[in-house]
Amino acid sequence: MNYFAGEYDVAVIGAGHAGIEAALASARLGCKTAVFTINMDAVGNCPCNPSIGGTAKGHLVREIDALGGEMGKTADECFLQSRMLNRGKGPAVHSLRAQIDRRKYSDTMKHKLELQENLELRQAEITDIEKVDGGYKITTQMLAEYKCKAVIIATGTFLGGKIYVGEVSYESGPDGMFPATKFAESLKKLGLPLRRFKTGTPARVLRRSIDFSDLEVQKGDEPPQPFSYETESLGENKVDCHISWTNDATKQVILENIHRSPMYSGKIEGVGPRYCPSFEDKIMRFRDKPRHQLFIEPCGENTEEMYLQGMSSSLPEEVQLKFYKTIKGLENCVIMRPAYAIEYDCVDPTAMNPTLEFKDLPNLFGAGQFNGSSGYEEAAAQGFVAGVNAALKVLGKEPLVLTRSNSYIGTLIDDLVTKGANEPYRMMTSRSEYRLVLRQDNADERLTPVGYEIGLISEQRYQKFLQRQEMKKAEINRLKNTSIAPNDELNEILVSRETAPLATGIREYTLLKRPQLNYSIIKKFDENAPNLPNDIVEQIEVEIKYEGYIQKQLKQVEQVKKLESKALPSDFDYKEITGLRLEAQEKLNKIKPLNIGQASRISGVSPADISVLLIWLATKKGN
Amino acid sequence: MENKTIAAISTAQGEGGIGVIRISGDDAPIIADKVFNNINGKKLCDMKGYTAAFGNVFQNGEKLDEAVALVFREPNSYTGENVVELSCHGGIYITKQVLRAVIEAGAAPAQAGEFTKRAFLNGKIDLTEAESVMDIISAKSKSAARAAMYVKEGALRKRVNSVKNDLLTLTAHLSAWADYPEEDIADVDDDMILSVCNKAEKELSNMLSTYDSGQAVKQGIDTVIAGRPNVGKSTLMNLLSGYEKSIVTDIPGTTRDIVEDTVIAGNVILRLSDTAGLRSTNDKVERIGVDRAKKRLEQCGLLLAVFDYSRELTQDDLDLLEASENVPSIAIINKKELDAQLDISKIKSKISNIIYISAITGDGRDELVQKIEEIAGTQNLNPSDGILANERQRSNVSNALNSVIEAKSALNMGMTYDAVTVSLEDAISELLEMTGEKTSDEVIDRVFHNFCVGK
Repeated sequence: MNYFAGEYDVAVIGAGHAGIEAALASARLGCKTAVFTINMDAVGNCPCNPSIGGTAKGHLVREIDALGGEMGKTADECFLQSRMLNRGKGPAVHSLRAQIDRRKYSDTMKHKLELQENLELRQAEITDIEKVDGGYKITTQMLAEYKCKAVIIATGTFLGGKIYVGEVSYESGPDGMFPATKFAESLKKLGLPLRRFKTGTPARVLRRSIDFSDLEVQKGDEPPQPFSYETESLGENKVDCHISWTNDATKQVILENIHRSPMYSGKIEGVGPRYCPSFEDKIMRFRDKPRHQLFIEPCGENTEEMYLQGMSSSLPEEVQLKFYKTIKGLENCVIMRPAYAIEYDCVDPTAMNPTLEFKDLPNLFGAGQFNGSSGYEEAAAQGFVAGVNAALKVLGKEPLVLTRSNSYIGTLIDDLVTKGANEPYRMMTSRSEYRLVLRQDNADERLTPVGYEIGLISEQRYQKFLQRQEMKKAEINRLKNTSIAPNDELNEILVSRETAPLATGIREYTLLKRPQLNYSIIKKFDENAPNLPNDIVEQIEVEIKYEGYIQKQLKQVEQVKKLESKALPSDFDYKEITGLRLEAQEKLNKIKPLNIGQASRISGVSPADISVLLIWLATKKGN
Repeated sequence: MENKTIAAISTAQGEGGIGVIRISGDDAPIIADKVFNNINGKKLCDMKGYTAAFGNVFQNGEKLDEAVALVFREPNSYTGENVVELSCHGGIYITKQVLRAVIEAGAAPAQAGEFTKRAFLNGKIDLTEAESVMDIISAKSKSAARAAMYVKEGALRKRVNSVKNDLLTLTAHLSAWADYPEEDIADVDDDMILSVCNKAEKELSNMLSTYDSGQAVKQGIDTVIAGRPNVGKSTLMNLLSGYEKSIVTDIPGTTRDIVEDTVIAGNVILRLSDTAGLRSTNDKVERIGVDRAKKRLEQCGLLLAVFDYSRELTQDDLDLLEASENVPSIAIINKKELDAQLDISKIKSKISNIIYISAITGDGRDELVQKIEEIAGTQNLNPSDGILANERQRSNVSNALNSVIEAKSALNMGMTYDAVTVSLEDAISELLEMTGEKTSDEVIDRVFHNFCVGK
């Protein structure tokens, strides 16, 4: 017998990286919130790599933090090793990545949910959702019914999860958890366009079965940098990672056994990501490549499990062991958990608005892998936005729409809801056309005012932020107005750095524009230069050196904003505009873009169609 | 969106055996029915697309001409709308009368290029196609038609794509290198970026430099033929006109003292004008003519200064030499079949391009044409190379070139590759825009195609 178990403003289905941010944001905005997890020990689980951040993903974590989300802080608390990737390749592509203790991460997040006011964390599998007056009714497998004003679906790989290892396959969530088997049917009844995606993970092997003696060591940065603007310092790196390479023997094992892969035998129908290919995919697609790199990463401080980054596979367990053993250092490896591929249900994200609310189902939101993305950070970013918007909706406030020009999060969501995802979507710096503006170092400048406005950044943190901004601005002004005179010592340095010596005095600002120089040189010759925190110095250097580029991108941002200010109706049948090509009519009716800017990014909508839309808008206005 | 029904004469006026009046828009068949009487009585309104009818065109009850009516139904027509084309026997007068009848029956006169614009707005043709169609319409010589044809068929697209492809490959490499720092992706270095940039710079510059000569092919060059009376200017004009069947447009409204004619010399269109002499005079009326001629000469794109081989240089000739200094000029020494009286060194000191001809016999004509092509920069211009069709394409190429140059200078300054990449992407998106494609995930697709990346 079903029983009525309570009412919530917002219910979050799933307590992975998306669900956590969604639930915290909603509760912190004052909504009575519930978050449901299939297994209380799976909250904030990291079923794949034991790390947070990485290229572009590090940007996402910084942005989540700048807005008032939790991922960055927790990653800092659980960090094992931290590195700023791409140093030397330019500030736009600097990305922070931290190895983390995955059990500790999970426990820490769970505890934060438990402590959060307005929030209830519950273990239950949601089996049904139904639209009712004033929201949705959701039902658990224990037959409890909850009435909720808004619901956020963040089911990850649990929804209809099915694991494949060679010829073996069975219904399962990640890491041996139960899957959610009934919920997908209910979502289909609601009219959500579901499809199957696939992802995979490598084996975990026993630390003492690995011979590290000949492997290259990868150490963390000293001092390691935190993700969160609230974390003062991280302490020291706690672990090393190691690098090894596959060889010809590895390739042979794969080639001899490729027919046993469920991907190649046709058993898996789901679409897997190109950027997270199984090792057998790498071999098959790039046959000429003689060797592939792998990273051996510890899963935590209190475990001997080691993660083999780059070696994901869906080949049978015996074949996995065979090919791992061809790799230097892994000759005697013992597999603790085999690699597997997992197939799951997710939604076509074009069914959602940039608020992550379903267009045809008001107050229903989606986030994370359910939306067709991949990765913890992508999930957390969407979870945050969905949580904020569910709460704002319940509170009767204007929604939060992040844009391509203010954030990677905005870019991620715009890509998903405008272009859709044909494979699990991963964030990359190449996906942002404004990457010299959207840097990880200025995430706070771009988004902390937004987080403050929403109400997720404390007054204290905001004031600190304003002070830092002021410090930066003041110093840039000072550099503009301070000259430095030529002197032998300075010129010697300039020449040694292969840049022209000074003949006359020069503004410090102008001198600092030279790519060969940094702030510490200026400081050496200017006793009035203040002592500034390193990250502010870094921002000053970037803003001065890349000024021309930044200005140019800001100009492009302005142009795009013009197109984005041309709003399009949401309840309009584009078939009525006969000038549009059929494909464009259909795509526009499907996506229902909020404005011309978004319309112009829809595939299948040509520049000619945009001209037609502009003309149509103009005539509409004229009438 | 409701479109007015429009009509216009769609064959070149004064040419060919038939004149076609094209009517396009929702009401095209209804309007056509008002002026056209089908022999078999069937209304055009009741006819399917791709059908034809024979009948008579009437205006105010008076028969104007016999005509064939072709019916097209939307979207299967050139413009994507309902279209009726009335083919008459031609003759400019009759064709115009038929058009007038159609307009009186309710059609609006089409603006220049409006059919193509509608075809474009209805998604029947893409932007490059639309532009080259417009250029075909206005093409004045075979060469121009051919060059425009090649844009449509993809010669220009091919040329652009080749540059775009190189830039994409490089940018994908830079992106893979930045987005997958821990994969064993070959390092990118300055030399690699420079060599791609240099190649792109060269090709884009070439495209830009042929733009002007492409314009010479399509638009023609303002050319002045000058020389004292009886030096052989008219014979020269005839010689040039007769070389290939000229498309002659008499431009009305020009002054009596400047006779205009359009001729084809090789692959160059010359818009010729024969000017009055440049002799200094006190006569007020003559003065006006001289001033006008001088002005014309200063503004022209090419001066053909004609001298008489059999006479000594006169003051008129010397004035002409003086005036030739600031314009591209060819000294044409006519009557070379006669005995030399001319002091050639005086001419040589002012004009370096000297051609001897005999306008009467046609001797030296080929050399002259070659010289004209050389000066117009079209002698090596191969229409199949794909020539930039118009200002929009020129500006895309020019912007792309600037971005490539910007990337190079960033590199030389020692800027990091993320900044260099941004400039390269700007160049790519200009080139994509030029061919009417849109910037989306080309770089990322290329990354996954070319590199084995991922955990």
